Amino acid sequence: MSAREAILNKVRSSLGTAPGEAARAEVVAKRLADAPTGVVPARGQLADKERIALFCGMAEKVSATIDRVEKPADVPEAVSAYLRSRNLPASVRMGADERLREMPWSGVKSLEVKSGRADPEDEVGVSHALAGVAESGTIALHSGVDNPTTVNFLPEHHIVVVEAKDIAGDLETVFSSLRQKFGKGKMPRTLNLITGPSRSADIQQTLLLGAHGPRALHLIVVDGG
Amino acid sequence: MQITSPAFKANARGALADPHLQEALGHVRSGFIDKRQKAVDALPEFDALRDSARAIKDHTLAHLDLYLEAYEEKVKAAGGRVHWAETAEDARSLILDICRAAGARTVTKGKSMITEEIGLNEFFEKEGIRPVETDLGEYIIQLRGEHPSHIIAPAVHLTKNQVEADFRRAHHHLPPTRDLSEPASLLSEAREVLRAEYFAADVGITGANFLVAETGSSVIVTNEGNGDLTQILPRVHIVVASIEKIVPTLADTSQILRVLARSATGQDMSVYTTVSTGPRRPEDPDGPEEYHVVLLDNGRSSMLGTEFQDMLRCIRCGACMNHCPVYHAVGGHAYGWVYPGPMGAVLTPSLIGVDKSGHLPNASTFCGRCEAVCPMHIPLPKMMRHWREREFARGLNPATQRYGLKAWAFFARRPRLYRLAASFAIPALSAFGGAQRRFRYLPFAGGWTKHRDLPAPESRTFLQQWRNREADKQEART
Repeated sequence: MSAREAILNKVRSSLGTAPGEAARAEVVAKRLADAPTGVVPARGQLADKERIALFCGMAEKVSATIDRVEKPADVPEAVSAYLRSRNLPASVRMGADERLREMPWSGVKSLEVKSGRADPEDEVGVSHALAGVAESGTIALHSGVDNPTTVNFLPEHHIVVVEAKDIAGDLETVFSSLRQKFGKGKMPRTLNLITGPSRSADIQQTLLLGAHGPRALHLIVVDGG
Repeated sequence: MQITSPAFKANARGALADPHLQEALGHVRSGFIDKRQKAVDALPEFDALRDSARAIKDHTLAHLDLYLEAYEEKVKAAGGRVHWAETAEDARSLILDICRAAGARTVTKGKSMITEEIGLNEFFEKEGIRPVETDLGEYIIQLRGEHPSHIIAPAVHLTKNQVEADFRRAHHHLPPTRDLSEPASLLSEAREVLRAEYFAADVGITGANFLVAETGSSVIVTNEGNGDLTQILPRVHIVVASIEKIVPTLADTSQILRVLARSATGQDMSVYTTVSTGPRRPEDPDGPEEYHVVLLDNGRSSMLGTEFQDMLRCIRCGACMNHCPVYHAVGGHAYGWVYPGPMGAVLTPSLIGVDKSGHLPNASTFCGRCEAVCPMHIPLPKMMRHWREREFARGLNPATQRYGLKAWAFFARRPRLYRLAASFAIPALSAFGGAQRRFRYLPFAGGWTKHRDLPAPESRTFLQQWRNREADKQEART
């Protein structure tokens, strides 16, 4: 008997059931198909303007910084301003996301835009979020050629563009938009839900920002467009 | 790892006498409790979410065989592989086979209690593979050759000065005059040293907070980002998880996530919640080429259908130990195995046997704070009582305790005799209590009087006093 069979048999005998009980199988199949929603906090269930404000407030509470711009074309200038304010080199790493690529990067003088997955030497990464989550100030990003996962973790500074219309009230809404994008029960290789810059309190319970992931998380919220 | 749970009493005495440990434990008492309370108070739905989370796990455990099968099918469909392990030994050899096939010499690890449970690091070292812990706390204790003393804050038993000394000893390639006086400088140094390891590793191993049957995904919840670097940079990613980590859907995962971080660290969400499904896709520029899940039973299936089934709801947040007066006093190492605190006092006897760990369910004041803060409503004190009963039934307690309890039970079951005996004993004790009204020594009560005086009873038994008072009242009325 394989280990698989042995474990499943032990589980069944402890539960007092036999394999192939139709009623149990039906319950499970239905739950997986319906994926019922549980308790959703009222906190994020707001009109557009308030929801976006909540998102910004929650993100700042976890030490992310926020910049709000009117349209996508304003993003490169906002990125450049961030680099100058932090005294960073004029060079960013970025994937192939079309929404990012269509922005006027050449309009910013002497800014180098490197494509593809991140290198250990990259100091700044730029990503486009799939969504934001207002209840906790979280951003959602998924792997792929558009926004490689290494960009989220290797650079010391992670700049994430999120469109205001993609800011949801709760986590469940983000999961259902993924379901629409990839199909029910299918997922990209990696989904990152990121809430603030990396941190550790492992030494004497002292909270410090910048553990192994980025030391700084900068969110650029695009209001219109 | 070596089990020292049978020596709990000696461990606890050592812990109480250790000034470094006592200083470090002060940070547990002050840190975790307030942060959790604030986060809970800020979410009106917290209790409704706890109920929802409990219902999800109860439903899943009642259908665990079916959800495991559904989960496996989805992992395969996404291009991953599932390996089933009945015991710790099976899991170790499955993991070794995967590492050997990948030609691995260095393995990076995200924080994982399950790999502590199976003693993976010691095993790797014996097999000539170098394991590198990448979570800051885990890294520190690996340098010291220790084991975690807390399930989410593994180095919580150490002070900053101890960590500084370890770093100076281990990182001898760095200038000895460097300033490491602040926690921030220690963190930066660990970050730098470990960066190189992520790229050198052939295999990355993580645990899982959840396995999602709907999508075949594993979920890790971290703050540092080391778990993510561990699983996206090496060529092979191995997830090691026990069978009760299954949840049905992503919607269910959201419910439990909302109580997990709040209960653990008082955050609304941990910094990184990462959902991984299969290996990298053909067009992906990064991510592992192989994705393996080692599904471990190691005694869980025998807990189903017993009075300990509820323990399988545990999501390893650590709230029970953060609020435990016994844990606050002795720290995690005294418990003598992988899982400390109240959850360890219930889980350890299930996994290694109550004959070796009978002291743990007895190391409780039954104050009930663990159950009150448990996000999954696990009745921890009740289950500790079940272990005490089993320990007694199997004759594992010391003879004096057994005969003492038997003698007490003899009287307790005979109320008239009990009252009669008490009506002599209590006034006698009262009479011998002296001017101090306390005993510094009393035969058969050495366990108590060794550490503190026993107060002398006030003149008579409660029932005698009650009867007298009622009689006085009656007299006053007539």
